Amino acid sequence: MIDIIQQYWKAFLWTDGYHLSGLAVTMWLLVVSIAFGFCASIPLAIARVSKSKWLSRPVWLFSYVFRGTPLYIQLLFFYTGMYSLDMVRDVDILNHFFREGYNCTILAFGLNTCAYTTEIFAGAIKATPYGEIEAGRAYGMNKFTLYRRVIIPSALRRALPAYSNEVILMLHATTVAFTATVPDILKVARDVNAATYDSFNAFGLAALIYLCITFILVALFRKAESKWLAHLRPMKA
Amino acid sequence: MFLDGFGPIILDGAWVTLELAVMSLLVSFVIGLGGAGAKLSSNPLLKGIATLYTTLIRGVPDLVLMLLIFYSLQIGMNHLTEWQGMEQINLNPFVSGVFTLGFIYGAYFTETFRGAFLSVPKGQIEAGIAYGMSGWQTFSRIQFPQVMRFALPGISNNWQVMLKATALVSIIGLSDVVKASIDAGKSSYKVFFFTVVAGAIYLILTSVSSLVLMWLERRYSTGVREAEL
Repeated sequence: MIDIIQQYWKAFLWTDGYHLSGLAVTMWLLVVSIAFGFCASIPLAIARVSKSKWLSRPVWLFSYVFRGTPLYIQLLFFYTGMYSLDMVRDVDILNHFFREGYNCTILAFGLNTCAYTTEIFAGAIKATPYGEIEAGRAYGMNKFTLYRRVIIPSALRRALPAYSNEVILMLHATTVAFTATVPDILKVARDVNAATYDSFNAFGLAALIYLCITFILVALFRKAESKWLAHLRPMKA
Repeated sequence: MFLDGFGPIILDGAWVTLELAVMSLLVSFVIGLGGAGAKLSSNPLLKGIATLYTTLIRGVPDLVLMLLIFYSLQIGMNHLTEWQGMEQINLNPFVSGVFTLGFIYGAYFTETFRGAFLSVPKGQIEAGIAYGMSGWQTFSRIQFPQVMRFALPGISNNWQVMLKATALVSIIGLSDVVKASIDAGKSSYKVFFFTVVAGAIYLILTSVSSLVLMWLERRYSTGVREAEL
């Protein structure tokens, strides 16, 4: 194990000498897809709970399909599937986009986490106490102001525990990225395994790195919960 | 022709996926019950081991664990057989896939069952003991039926996650539905179409299982009153 660490620690953490690799790439994938999922899921969650069937049904279908199929297949769909279509290869901009493993991975990850996050947020919006909404209406707020000032802030807080779960699951899901030639931690571990045949230590080291990231994320979310959910804590006598 | 003649291969693959998922469910179910028992026991050693197991396994991505266990299992076996002077035993990829998945999801099931065991009111167990029931009788007559009810939402969730995780076994070389559709796509030059087919098969599997689980949940909550909202 010491030999592997001495020889490959740089590749595991940030660069293999030519490109970024390992931890840096994994974190980049995680942050970009989570950010994309978060931004897109708020309007989608509002559409999901809307009374209009024309708004809620398409969002339901989107999240049903993306939550009902494995992320690996979604990645294959965007990476190998899309690029095999003549239609995509003939259009310059699409051709450029889908040729890059990075773009396909981010697209698949972003849509996948967006589907799960939409359901989490929609559930939290539905659980808003009716008194809060009625109070907002009584103050003469219009729908937009009501969402901006009352519903979204309280729903996002309530969604925090489930959302932290989703972020950690997303970290674990980023491991399929290597199948689209993205050099994340697992790709480095596979290279090390191929070079040394020391499977246990190669993958064990990767497992340790993932474990550390998971613990740090858990700690961060604990902190966030104690800050933003402070009003839900039982009062001290 | 049915799926350009690749129909039978893909159906075979789908069958392997389903078998793998069901077998790993059984393994993880047993590990989960045992793990929950260990976590709730008063023996500090058992408790410590079970806590270490669930924390480590749930903190590491399933694909990393799969590669780690899958490769190391064979190498470990080789060392063992070499040391014993026996011939090399090649592990069947299907069997090691089942044990790998079962071992990983056993950690999630442990947590599910632990929560469910804690939800059974203590007084009922004491009542069972007061009636002179043995430990096994209180478990099988009082605890287990209720644990199933409390655990079902968690079990459904774990099952759906595990079913989708089986897509990863093609990476460690099992010929499941994903592998079959990748191969079919490569040889027919219809990669897009066959990826959609694989996705559709998974969608059917998850939809059917969510119907079954809904039915089970209704069945196990017979006699439970719920307030109308």
